[in-house]
Amino acid sequence: MSIDLNAHPRLSPGCRMNEKTQQPRTLLMPERALRLHGPSLEIVERCDGKRSVQQIIAELQELYSKAEPTKVEQDILGYLALLQKERALDFEP
Amino acid sequence: MTSTSANDPLALIAELTHRCPLHCVYCSNPLALTQRTTELSTADWSRVFQEAAALGVLQADFTGGEPLTRPDILDLIRAARAAGLYVNLITSGMPLDESRLEALTQAGLDHFQLSFQGAREETAQEISGTKAHAQKLRVLEWLKHHRLAVTLNFVIHRRNLDQLPEMLALAESSSATRVEFAHVQYYGWAFANRDSLLPTREQLMQSVDFFKKSQERLTGKIRIEYVVPDYYAKYPKPCMGGWGRKLMLITPNGDALPCHAARVIPHLSFENVKDHSLQEIWESSEAFQKFRGESWMQDPCKTCDRRTQDFGGCRCQAFLLAADAAATDPVCSLAPQRPKVDAILATVAQASACAPTNISTESKPAWLYRSNPA
Repeated sequence: MSIDLNAHPRLSPGCRMNEKTQQPRTLLMPERALRLHGPSLEIVERCDGKRSVQQIIAELQELYSKAEPTKVEQDILGYLALLQKERALDFEP
Repeated sequence: MTSTSANDPLALIAELTHRCPLHCVYCSNPLALTQRTTELSTADWSRVFQEAAALGVLQADFTGGEPLTRPDILDLIRAARAAGLYVNLITSGMPLDESRLEALTQAGLDHFQLSFQGAREETAQEISGTKAHAQKLRVLEWLKHHRLAVTLNFVIHRRNLDQLPEMLALAESSSATRVEFAHVQYYGWAFANRDSLLPTREQLMQSVDFFKKSQERLTGKIRIEYVVPDYYAKYPKPCMGGWGRKLMLITPNGDALPCHAARVIPHLSFENVKDHSLQEIWESSEAFQKFRGESWMQDPCKTCDRRTQDFGGCRCQAFLLAADAAATDPVCSLAPQRPKVDAILATVAQASACAPTNISTESKPAWLYRSNPA
């Protein structure tokens, strides 16, 4: 299943981050949890339904400017696909 | 006894009450139910949630019995959220109306898991001994208007396995993002009714084929999870993710158990959250230490490569089927007691060979219905 670059990913109902004061930062979902750090945390924090996939990629390419931009894009698309399979994301037009 | 150090627990299973409007023939509650008068108070539970979060617990599973029979359910949700926990409600959907559902959402409920006994009214009524199916369909409609994670849970067995496509269609017409197809596991009331519930191997294989195809078709839309009856497995399930490794269950009166069925194991005593902190119980109580780690293991588990994956399987099942809670789970193909399980399966295959193939025309079994606590 491919990811639409113009779609706006948003955490699905029942999927939320724990509080900023709780460590480690964790994505809580029905019956499961994912510990997030570094790039995975940067990606999930941007899945707010306002940014498009394209925007998230651009922001992270800037944030990780030492990394190869195409590699950053591939990693993000791969991670979004994983979250989609977990049913943790809704993609809004 | 060798002391074995504990990991952080991930989830707290809160059996808020054993009261329930349903009488399901496979209920996982023990045959001896906890009395209403001994249930923990709102304040007791609130303290337990705080202690659980401090211990590293991420999620609280509110279950029962039926958690909605607690008049303080909203306060309990607020208390668990205030402690920093993710709150799952595992419910039959009654007693509930639309305004109470709104209140649950407002209180901070994260995830609503609605159980179904079948896709048809008559099956659901036979299994639950109650008219509850129409109410569940109403709840599904109300849920469409709330931003709440919804899981439909279908407990499946020989009497409703022919309804899988209807069950999935019901889920697809709802707002559910997750569906669980859970083959009955044989403990509690299900153990008592086992011979009427166990599917044949052929029925099981057909169901697994259906789950896999549906998973593929619905990727990204609905997450489908399934649990198979481990009597048919080659290796045992890693029960509860290992004894005292990830989960802690608190009974309605505050006893802390490593799993739902642990009371069946003789000579095992349980500490109560009114007498000890959750941390003390988790780290050093006899019940949680008893089968933690590997020192209790016998052959073939003791030297088996799989012991770090399945932890020897289920201790309660070992007791129920082999009369020894420290034995290798008898469902394991390597277990000395496996022939006992094969004998049970042979009886099922034989009964099915003599019976008509259409499940719905099979005569109704003499069920032992779950009772209610005093």
